[in-house]
Amino acid sequence: MLRQASAKIFQTLVVLVIVSIASFSLLKLAPGDPVVLMLGSEYSQDSYDELQAQLGLDQPVALQYVRWLRDFVTGDWGNSYVAKTDIFAFVVTQALPVTLTLTACAIVLAILIGVPLGVVSAVRKDSAWDVGIAAFALTGTAFPSFFLGIVLIWFFAVKVGFFPVMGFVAPWEDFWSGMLHLVLPALTLSTFFIGMIVRVTRAAMVEVLEQPYITAAIARGEPHRRVIWVHGFRNILMPLVTVIGLQLGAILQGAVLTETVFSLPGLGQMLTGAVLGREYVLVQAGVMLTATLFILVNLAVDLSYPFLDPRLRAR
Amino acid sequence: MTMTDDPIAPQRRARKQARRSMFIRRPFFTVSLIVAVGFVACAVFAPLIAPYDPVQQSITAMMAPPGGAHLLGTDSYGQDILSRIIYGARYALLIAFFAILIGATGGLILGTAAGLTTGWVEWVLLRVIDSILALPSLILAIAVIAILGQGVDKVAIAVGISMIGPFARTVRSDVLQVSSQLFVEAAGLMSITRLTVIWRHILPNIVFPLGVQITVRVSEAILVSSSLSFLGIGVTPPTPDWGLMIAEGRGFVSFAPWMSGMPGIALALLLIALAIVGDGIREEFDPKMRGHQ
Repeated sequence: MLRQASAKIFQTLVVLVIVSIASFSLLKLAPGDPVVLMLGSEYSQDSYDELQAQLGLDQPVALQYVRWLRDFVTGDWGNSYVAKTDIFAFVVTQALPVTLTLTACAIVLAILIGVPLGVVSAVRKDSAWDVGIAAFALTGTAFPSFFLGIVLIWFFAVKVGFFPVMGFVAPWEDFWSGMLHLVLPALTLSTFFIGMIVRVTRAAMVEVLEQPYITAAIARGEPHRRVIWVHGFRNILMPLVTVIGLQLGAILQGAVLTETVFSLPGLGQMLTGAVLGREYVLVQAGVMLTATLFILVNLAVDLSYPFLDPRLRAR
Repeated sequence: MTMTDDPIAPQRRARKQARRSMFIRRPFFTVSLIVAVGFVACAVFAPLIAPYDPVQQSITAMMAPPGGAHLLGTDSYGQDILSRIIYGARYALLIAFFAILIGATGGLILGTAAGLTTGWVEWVLLRVIDSILALPSLILAIAVIAILGQGVDKVAIAVGISMIGPFARTVRSDVLQVSSQLFVEAAGLMSITRLTVIWRHILPNIVFPLGVQITVRVSEAILVSSSLSFLGIGVTPPTPDWGLMIAEGRGFVSFAPWMSGMPGIALALLLIALAIVGDGIREEFDPKMRGHQ
């Protein structure tokens, strides 16, 4: 188990290095000379050389990469060309908390809604409930989230006037207002994920319910609820955790869209603004951060299997 | 070699039997297919169907509600929404087509390479695929757009590149499956060169599963490309793109909800139809799914 884990960690490190090389090349491939961009339209050759040396851009590319990686790991992500603010501070204190709050709320919401629906679907297989839930899951997965967000704004905020339309209030500053601002975005973001979770839960639960230990539990006269939620549920945890890990990327990309719909100042707005403003350093930071998050969560998922399933510990 | 030695012959026969009755057995599939074909027809015959020029602006007909001269209303520039939706189908499907072409080709090359190599080459190729997959397709597409800039062709390239990873992963597993078959081993034992084995025996057998993948991923390509346009970094106005139209209507949602609503319904309808069609095709034709039924 330890050997497997260390092999997995090594693989993850290699993937991180490849992703970092790709992110680094993003800056190299981007059109325009960063030195020119910083100096503006008028500059002398001397000031150009000076700034180029100052930025280390006169060094060999490999060395530039090593320096860049060192700076990235130590949190020195450079300044935004235009806003002249420190990117790391901006991302960590402003953008990331918004995105992570939204993502976490959406995941929790999706689990709370998706798992029971999936279980009901599996227990009442081929019933009208099952068909209805399957149709809902498919619609939820296929429906474009950004349009769903607009529909929700139109209905709840404009027609009913129940929820605030846009903006972000940090839940750790004003909990209720923050939550109220998060309801519609989290619902928007979680819809496709609910569909995913329903499908995975149903498939896993259907399989589990056919196992001998379920029959044994029923034969022992254990209450139905206990059979499903204790004996059954424990055994669908693994596929559930896997799907959450694998779909994290999809959730993060959904967050980018949801943030734009609801004007939340998170990573998504940062990325879009960066592309429009040609701030490649910001794009790079966003790309690196998303990939790292995704890779680390999936490593955690892989490493968590032995804890979720005692049968895997022996191997 | 007789027909019975062909490992996919039984599947082929099963497929033929399924084809006859599939449309009756799966009414939702049939309806969805008709909807999807309808969108394709809109895209192909856009100039014949559309009542107005999609980019013709009109000061007298700004934000007209649905009904009357403009069936689905007009937007803030007085452009006819119905015509823009019909032309939008053209852009959506065109971008999806080229994106899939790029993604499937790239995925085929990378996936086949990873599936056929062994040892450290395979290991490195797998890590490369992992790295591509570590980026959600929209984020990867945003990064490519950042380098290339905006426009219809650039969106197609960006979405295409973002699809290489998923395609590569499935192609690799298909290649592994085919490579483990006896006829590949037999061909190797007959000292047929490796390249011929790949070309004559392995590649033909992964074409069909690749085709299934393509139909399943069309909706993803459309979703990502319209997402880019929605974020305002995809195609540029006044191109009649659904994502762009939804974004433009966002600010007017309280008093002109049809501006976002109509293209949004078109997009949602197409995506749901494609999802049902994709599910149907995958369940009917994907050998890996058969065991689960």
